[in-house]
Amino acid sequence: MNSRLASIIRKEFIQIFRDRRTLALILVIPIMQLFLLGYAATNDVRNVPLAVFDQSKSAESRALLDSYRAADYFALAYDAGSEAELQRLIETGQAKAALIIPPDYASRLKAGDARVMFILDGSDPTVASTALSAAQLIGQSHATSILAEKVARSGLALKLQPPVEVRTTVWYNPDLISAHFMIPGVIGMILYAITAILTASAVVRERERGTIEQLIVTPIRPWELVIGKIMPYTILALFDTLTVLFVGHWWFGVPIRGSLSLIIGVSAIFLLSGLGIGLFASTVANTQQEAMLTVWMTLLPSIFLSGFFFPLEAMPKILQWISYAMPLRYYLSIIRVLLLKGVGLESIFPDFAALTVFGLVIMTAAALRFRKRLD
Amino acid sequence: MMAHVEARGLRKNFGHLAAVNALSLTIAPGEIYGLVGADGAGKTTTLRLICGALKPDAGEVSVCGFDLRRQTEQAREQIGYLSQRFSMYEDLTVLENIRFFAEVRGLRPDEWYPRSLEILEFVGLADFRDRFAGQLSGGMKQKLGLASALVTRPRVLLLDEPTTGVDPVTRQDFWQLIIHLVSTPTSDSPSIFGENGGSRRGVSVLISTPYMDEAARCHRVGFMKKGQLIVEGTPGELRARLEGRILELRGSPLTEIRHHAAEVPGVEDVQAFGDRLHLRVESGQAEAVMRRLPAQLQPMGVSIDALRPVPATLEDVFIAFS
Repeated sequence: MNSRLASIIRKEFIQIFRDRRTLALILVIPIMQLFLLGYAATNDVRNVPLAVFDQSKSAESRALLDSYRAADYFALAYDAGSEAELQRLIETGQAKAALIIPPDYASRLKAGDARVMFILDGSDPTVASTALSAAQLIGQSHATSILAEKVARSGLALKLQPPVEVRTTVWYNPDLISAHFMIPGVIGMILYAITAILTASAVVRERERGTIEQLIVTPIRPWELVIGKIMPYTILALFDTLTVLFVGHWWFGVPIRGSLSLIIGVSAIFLLSGLGIGLFASTVANTQQEAMLTVWMTLLPSIFLSGFFFPLEAMPKILQWISYAMPLRYYLSIIRVLLLKGVGLESIFPDFAALTVFGLVIMTAAALRFRKRLD
Repeated sequence: MMAHVEARGLRKNFGHLAAVNALSLTIAPGEIYGLVGADGAGKTTTLRLICGALKPDAGEVSVCGFDLRRQTEQAREQIGYLSQRFSMYEDLTVLENIRFFAEVRGLRPDEWYPRSLEILEFVGLADFRDRFAGQLSGGMKQKLGLASALVTRPRVLLLDEPTTGVDPVTRQDFWQLIIHLVSTPTSDSPSIFGENGGSRRGVSVLISTPYMDEAARCHRVGFMKKGQLIVEGTPGELRARLEGRILELRGSPLTEIRHHAAEVPGVEDVQAFGDRLHLRVESGQAEAVMRRLPAQLQPMGVSIDALRPVPATLEDVFIAFS
């Protein structure tokens, strides 16, 4: 290798390993983020605290409650004595859902027109919408089983079967575990954030500390400085990718169905975008803080408009168009597909091509802006 | 012999301000050229233009015959530059810094180590080779900068206020190093100046300094004002420009004398130098002022003990031109 380039890379590595903050950013933060997002960023609805105001206190009402208890969507947390108490429980947030069973539940059930009321705290729509359908489903299936029992007891030779049955099968993530969706996203976010932030601050640091003045008067070519600066971070970012990937696999059980070399290859291509953004930020910023802010300004829209948290399909058209300018969007869709579906390059080709074009364009633009001068 | 540095018509604007304007200078091999001038006169910008850290808006620079704009990297290979601001890596050790700059400036892997030890020995940092640069004292930092600038045996050394903020003893050391570099015949010390030293007389130095005693040690001095080189010459030539125009005055009380002396016809400027005053008088007015001043001031109740012409110092010259 070119010896000037080797010297720059070597120097950069020495500095990285001596700087505890940078080292922490590279080694600790990705794992921390993985665990945080792997556990916290979940749409799974489980154990919603349910308060019950059972005025019937009958065998029939207990049977209904058992049905709710059986599914782990709800946890029967409170046995309330009045509607006022229910209201208080929901207002204080101790209960997110409430079930009111009227005093005449048992008798009206016999007559065939029993009613119960289910109340949901809609202040968190994600939880509420899932809990709502769960509550309806549980209620309906309870009703069906009562009906079936009735029919059986009446001795009618009637077959109680709905005319259409929808059988559902979920592919790739049969248990619909959020972590399997989130962790590939974490990989993308970490790659992007780490490379952009570290590249930007590594280049700006030379200017901030005045060392750029000495570098300028050396015969180092601008491209050598660019490559020498970003190479160490590329290597470390790929190391992070693999770490997060394997921890995600072994700890969170995220499948790795695609080929590992394809995953690494695509990640390396994606790195171009992060490095390019970082390099670009370093050409407009004079201090590390400015560089950091510039990177953050691109990072936030990237995360929200890439489908990391929220599905792109549900966004207004204009935001969807903007999302096409986010390299992270393409990478996320590729990495999720590669990990969960295990397809080959041919299935991800359009996204892969877009990612490559973006990477090259950003990197070239940043490299052209990069000057080895003080002014 | 070809000039080591040749700058012609340099101009650099920052916004509307011309930091350097129509500046030309030539430095011969083995010459120490001192650049002096008030803060903001354009000294640092001039040095940055000559090493190529800034791109001039007009004019050209050649270093040892290489055009800085077209043969940038070849020209830079001839230059060792010590910037005003410490620009070594504080988180690398002395030796790691030297190694890095030696390697990126083209020393082969088998060359850098003996060369680094030699240069650290030369500047007196051999015992501190494993210390982090950030933990060095101000003077040692400057020596490290000098060592790094010298490690590839440049023919031109650009030093931007290398001794500002450095104690007098270290300043003295530093100057001994510079004089040693310039004056040692190449054949005696091939290691410092390069193996094929036959064609060279030594290193040329362009140094900016706010200190007049340092300017006096240079072979030639250039005064900068508002981005222009307004006068240049050997220290002797510059002092000769004020020949017979400086009077030294002793007396008491000095503050009062200073105040009134400035109003005496023929006196251009009065400066306090410790227990005496330096009066700069208009050309050919020395005799007249020496007659006029005691006559005018003594009635005011001050005592004038001595008033005599003295040779101008560079300080006088500096003040006269700025």
